[in-house]
Amino acid sequence: MRQLRDLLLTHPIFHDFPEKYIEAINECAWEQEFLADQYLFWTGQEAKFLYIIRDGTVSLQAYTPEKGPVAIEKLGNGDIIGWSWLFPPYKWHLDAKAESPCHALVLDGRCILGKCADDHELGYELMKRFNCIMLDRLAATRMRLIDVYAKGHLTGSNYDFI
Amino acid sequence: MRPEPWRVKRVHKDTRDTFSLELEPENGDPFSFLPGQFNMLYLFGTGEVPISISGDPGQTDAILHTVRRVGVVTDAMGQLRKGHSLGLRGPYGEPWPLDQAENKDIVIVAGGIGLAPLRPALLSIVANRDKYQNIVLLYGARTPDDILYRKDLEKLSAQLDIQVFVTVDRGTANWRGSIGVVPNMIRRAPFDAQNAVAMICGPEIMIHYATKELHRRGLPDEKIFVSMERNMKCGIGLCGHCQFGPYFVCRDGPVFPYSRVEKLLQVREA
Repeated sequence: MRQLRDLLLTHPIFHDFPEKYIEAINECAWEQEFLADQYLFWTGQEAKFLYIIRDGTVSLQAYTPEKGPVAIEKLGNGDIIGWSWLFPPYKWHLDAKAESPCHALVLDGRCILGKCADDHELGYELMKRFNCIMLDRLAATRMRLIDVYAKGHLTGSNYDFI
Repeated sequence: MRPEPWRVKRVHKDTRDTFSLELEPENGDPFSFLPGQFNMLYLFGTGEVPISISGDPGQTDAILHTVRRVGVVTDAMGQLRKGHSLGLRGPYGEPWPLDQAENKDIVIVAGGIGLAPLRPALLSIVANRDKYQNIVLLYGARTPDDILYRKDLEKLSAQLDIQVFVTVDRGTANWRGSIGVVPNMIRRAPFDAQNAVAMICGPEIMIHYATKELHRRGLPDEKIFVSMERNMKCGIGLCGHCQFGPYFVCRDGPVFPYSRVEKLLQVREA
């Protein structure tokens, strides 16, 4: 059976991560299984953990009074969920629901923050990597905001200016 | 330059604003084309528009064009019914580089109606499956109702040797599939970047982010091909309407190696 440490190392976020810091992260991590339809977290709850999905699909949902929960993004193998433990007020802004049975590596945010406070070099390494992912997520969100496939945009097969 | 008369054999409504016209030549002559090429379709008394061919390249007695209603001509084309006539000239343009993809993995990245110009390539790949290694289709649409060729995609998904991944920008209550943008699917797509060719068609912003992800996976520019779109009029590189830097999209494209157009994609049009 693979050690948790090895599982961490297989994720791109920890590619070329210094050995001593992997040990530090390992001390704050564990594996967890979620059943289909089980919630990883709910909007408004205290945000404590970061989830690295290893298998399965998790749907991020926003609750609307008119439509109930609306899925705004689905994340799968290799994706990371949960940044709210990094910033005040340390509450989840969305619901996260397992769409299928899900296996995740869970990182304890408070434990990670403690280690980063003790060793700013670790904090710098981690934040650099987290920021890359957040930037990708922001770019994807902006792309969806543009509504690239909407009528009026150039869409590949025809061009009718007359 | 003279359009030949063709007759509408069948009209198929694909989505709320997209339809496919199956056309047959009035003179009965066989018609052949290469995947990625387009025709100029002329609606008598209304106007002419370039439309990619979306049918099977193996079929020579009829051709398919998938059209999105985006203006006067395409709106009027949407009124065509079986037996109606229209003018057609073509095929024009450079095709998808299927020969360069032989013995390699192929990653097809399509967004919205960008799947239409890629459909002939897909059909050709399926018909000659043993010439290629892994085939991955990544397709993004606005909503589940905007997914083009749903039956084709379902059929391809059921085929064990082609991997199809579909995502939408906005899900609906009964949509159980992926929600997100197409470029993000590239990260997990099962292909060997050291031995792959990518073909991309969709909005330019999608092309931009898709190439970025392909680069991250290690795919070099010269293995990435994109289909460009500009305002084409003559279709043969004479009028200059579709000039794109030193190229005419109708003649030198619409399919370009990304290495040739990368810089041009960053130039803002006046």
